[in-house]
Amino acid sequence: MSGRTASLATLAGIVLLLPLALQNNYYYEVAIQVGLNAIVCVGLNLLIGYAGQISLGHAGFFGLGAYGSAILTARYGWPPLAALASATAGVAVLAYLIGRPILRLRGHYLAMATLGMGIIISIVIATEDRLTGGPDGMPVPALAAFGAALSGERVWYWVVGATLLAAVWLALNLVDSPHGRALRALHGSEVGAEVTGIDSARHKVKVFVISAVYAALAGSLTAHYAGFVTPAKVTFFHSIELVTMVVFGGMASTFGAVVGAAVLTVLPQALTVFKEYEMVVFGAVMMLTMIFMPRGLVPTLALTLSGRRLPR
Amino acid sequence: MSLLRVEGLSKEFGGVHAVQQLDFAIPAGQVFSIIGPNGAGKTTLLNLLTGIYVPSSGRILLEARDLTGRAPYEYAARGIARTFQNLQVFFNMSALENVMVGRYLHERCGLPAALLRFPSLARAERACREEAESLMRFVGLGEYAQSPSDAMPYGALKRLEIARALATKPRLLLLDEPAAGLNPTETLGIDALISKLAESGVTVVLVEHNMKLVMGVADRILVLDYGKRLAEGTAEEVRRDPKVIEAYLGAGAH
Amino acid sequence: MSAQFLQFLLAGLTVGAIYALVALGFSIIYNASQVINFAQGEFVMIGGMCTVWLANAGWPLPAAIAAAVLVAAAVGLALEKLAVEPARGASVVTLIIITIGASILLRGLATIVWDKNIHPLKAFSGEAPIQLGGATLLPQSLWVLGVTVVIVLLLSWFFGRTLLGKALLATSHNRLAAQLVGINVRHVLLASFGLSAALGAVAGILVAPITFTAWDVGVMLGLKGFAAAILGGMGSGPGAVLGGLVLGIVEAMGAGYVSSAYKDAIAFVIILAVLFFLPSGLLGRRSSDRV
Ligand SMILES: Nc1ncnc2c1ncn2[C@@H]1O[C@H](COP(=O)(O)OP(=O)(O)O)[C@@H](O)[C@H]1O
Ligand SMILES: [Mg+2]
Repeated sequence: MSGRTASLATLAGIVLLLPLALQNNYYYEVAIQVGLNAIVCVGLNLLIGYAGQISLGHAGFFGLGAYGSAILTARYGWPPLAALASATAGVAVLAYLIGRPILRLRGHYLAMATLGMGIIISIVIATEDRLTGGPDGMPVPALAAFGAALSGERVWYWVVGATLLAAVWLALNLVDSPHGRALRALHGSEVGAEVTGIDSARHKVKVFVISAVYAALAGSLTAHYAGFVTPAKVTFFHSIELVTMVVFGGMASTFGAVVGAAVLTVLPQALTVFKEYEMVVFGAVMMLTMIFMPRGLVPTLALTLSGRRLPR
Repeated sequence: MSLLRVEGLSKEFGGVHAVQQLDFAIPAGQVFSIIGPNGAGKTTLLNLLTGIYVPSSGRILLEARDLTGRAPYEYAARGIARTFQNLQVFFNMSALENVMVGRYLHERCGLPAALLRFPSLARAERACREEAESLMRFVGLGEYAQSPSDAMPYGALKRLEIARALATKPRLLLLDEPAAGLNPTETLGIDALISKLAESGVTVVLVEHNMKLVMGVADRILVLDYGKRLAEGTAEEVRRDPKVIEAYLGAGAH
Repeated sequence: MSAQFLQFLLAGLTVGAIYALVALGFSIIYNASQVINFAQGEFVMIGGMCTVWLANAGWPLPAAIAAAVLVAAAVGLALEKLAVEPARGASVVTLIIITIGASILLRGLATIVWDKNIHPLKAFSGEAPIQLGGATLLPQSLWVLGVTVVIVLLLSWFFGRTLLGKALLATSHNRLAAQLVGINVRHVLLASFGLSAALGAVAGILVAPITFTAWDVGVMLGLKGFAAAILGGMGSGPGAVLGGLVLGIVEAMGAGYVSSAYKDAIAFVIILAVLFFLPSGLLGRRSSDRV
């Protein structure tokens, strides 16, 4: 069994068995939230972890997916599945158009450009209140497939779980293909990749679009699941949360992205017992893990378990 | 028939004339060496010949095709591969994967095939792996197939770059100081490898600052000094050229 | 020049000066350590909040201001010592996340030590507006502009004439060479964080009487400062000042003539446009990578 199949099987096992531990709807809600965030992170990890290109604006794509679905269904009466597909496709086109000029930038300049993009999207969403409901948000019709509306935490658990597994499967395939090697190569050395025949600009844009599609899809699903969208999930802070999940779980590890999403989605729920200390603890956890495990949780654990010392 | 021809090639960095008005041709199937002291413009020339720098003026022609102003990956697609003086290894990948990346041009597949892992791709991947393994053995790195590249010694990394370049199946292979930083035994090994490459039919451009190293293997030598051509010819002609003796060997001969 | 235009220009210059101070903080730290300190905005918040708190406790304003700047500088030093130094050699993304973690932590601490309310601060010399060619100017704006000019002059003297300043510059150009000529790079890093934090605090104190202050004012001010630094060219001192002023003026004009709801968006659109055409900012070093 290859490493790819093994990690996919492990994840499928967890998705299948987890309901045994989910005692009530609240637990299901958290699990669904984990799954939705994990979908975004798996895509974002392709961009950040594998291709080495930072984005501080992916909450923008998430938001466009969510609001695209919301507006098309609620304001224009589209069937939810068509809205979901169109919103995601629209985000893909937008990401392509933005990505071409933006991804010529490097390092902090790219960070700034993606950050600016995300903030512009969030401001537009918060301001165009006739369409989006402004800061108050807007209701979204439920997702219906084959004549039946999907509702209830238990149904959604399986929808999100299946989508996550598909997202992970596709990502693992991509990473383990000439495309994925090209992405990792341009992360390792961009000139080195170019002189071996890799058009780095094209590959960067491609992975940017893929990661945007993952975010938009998760956004659409979130909107239909929650039945309501607000600009809260479109903010700069949410972009940061997403990047943190990826880096915390472990860059260039698809499994790590899922684990990062899980830990950092559950942690704030657990931290609510600390009330006013929540922010302090969250910030401290972020700092400490990055200082002591700069490679992230999963790669560090994998190396520790395999008994190798960390190379510098 | 020359494989690569350069006409009036110059590169300037804010007042520094790193390469000035070079004209030369590289014949197919030979070892062509470019030598010159540090700072002579050798690396800059290789960067021009691989599209990493755009020339300030002049043209680069591969056979009759003008490649001036193209991107580096287009040079690679036309059959020009290279190694670097300052290593450009993909340290985030294993040694074998580094070489597999070199197969990129010959193993292109569409995005759907990659995402859905078509059976044809799975077969191609196995072939790619085997080919990369045999290339690693060819350059003498058989024992490193599974090791992460960031755990390999310097000498092995230099060979790894050669294997990666060979994986692109180049017609023209540019080596930037492949022996720099190696001990005498390793240097002998690299010499032997270059001879083996030349025999296999690939045209080799060998950049060196140490003239003695290239005398044995080079068919033709281009001597650079301050970005300009000082001399060009066979090893014997260059060795006897008074300008070369004065400017380059002079210091060492006294 | 219409009075309205002048009014927008003055507003833009005032807020631009604040952005410039924050941007200078970003640039100083970036030069010394190649780190983008996303906690820079929190120094602005600490400066403002601490001054308000001490002033409310009965301290005379100048003493409260001095103490607030010192507190922010101390936090800056602690940040370098406890979070940035242990992570030396980590990737850019990792360092970004560490400093973002620090900013969340500092915001959290601010809500505990102080509160979640919005606080006014008394203007330094009254609120009576000054008439100027049909436009009005708050005395506090003069304080902002004047202090910024003084600080820019002091900084150029510091980097041009003093040993520590030159050491900071040398380290930014070539870390290893700086080490070889006997510069203690670790002290330089520490100094850069202290100095940046103090600058941020001054900005926060100057602007507090105009915009009020609260535990979360650092977020937007930090991002705008980062944007200004990038606009001018990361690492360039004159670039940071220019970037800050341009950003402030563009924003004020955009808010005045186009749409005040899109004030912040306009600023970021301009930055994206500049980056498309000048990928290293207005005054950034253009380099061709060596291989
Ligand atoms: N990217 C660059 N920017 C500025 N100057 C450069 C750059 N690359 C090379 N140079 C300058 O060009 C000259 C030739 O350098 P190089 O080609 O590296 O020489 P060699 O490889 O023969 O030692 C040197 O003076 C070097 O400083
Ligand atoms: Mg060289």
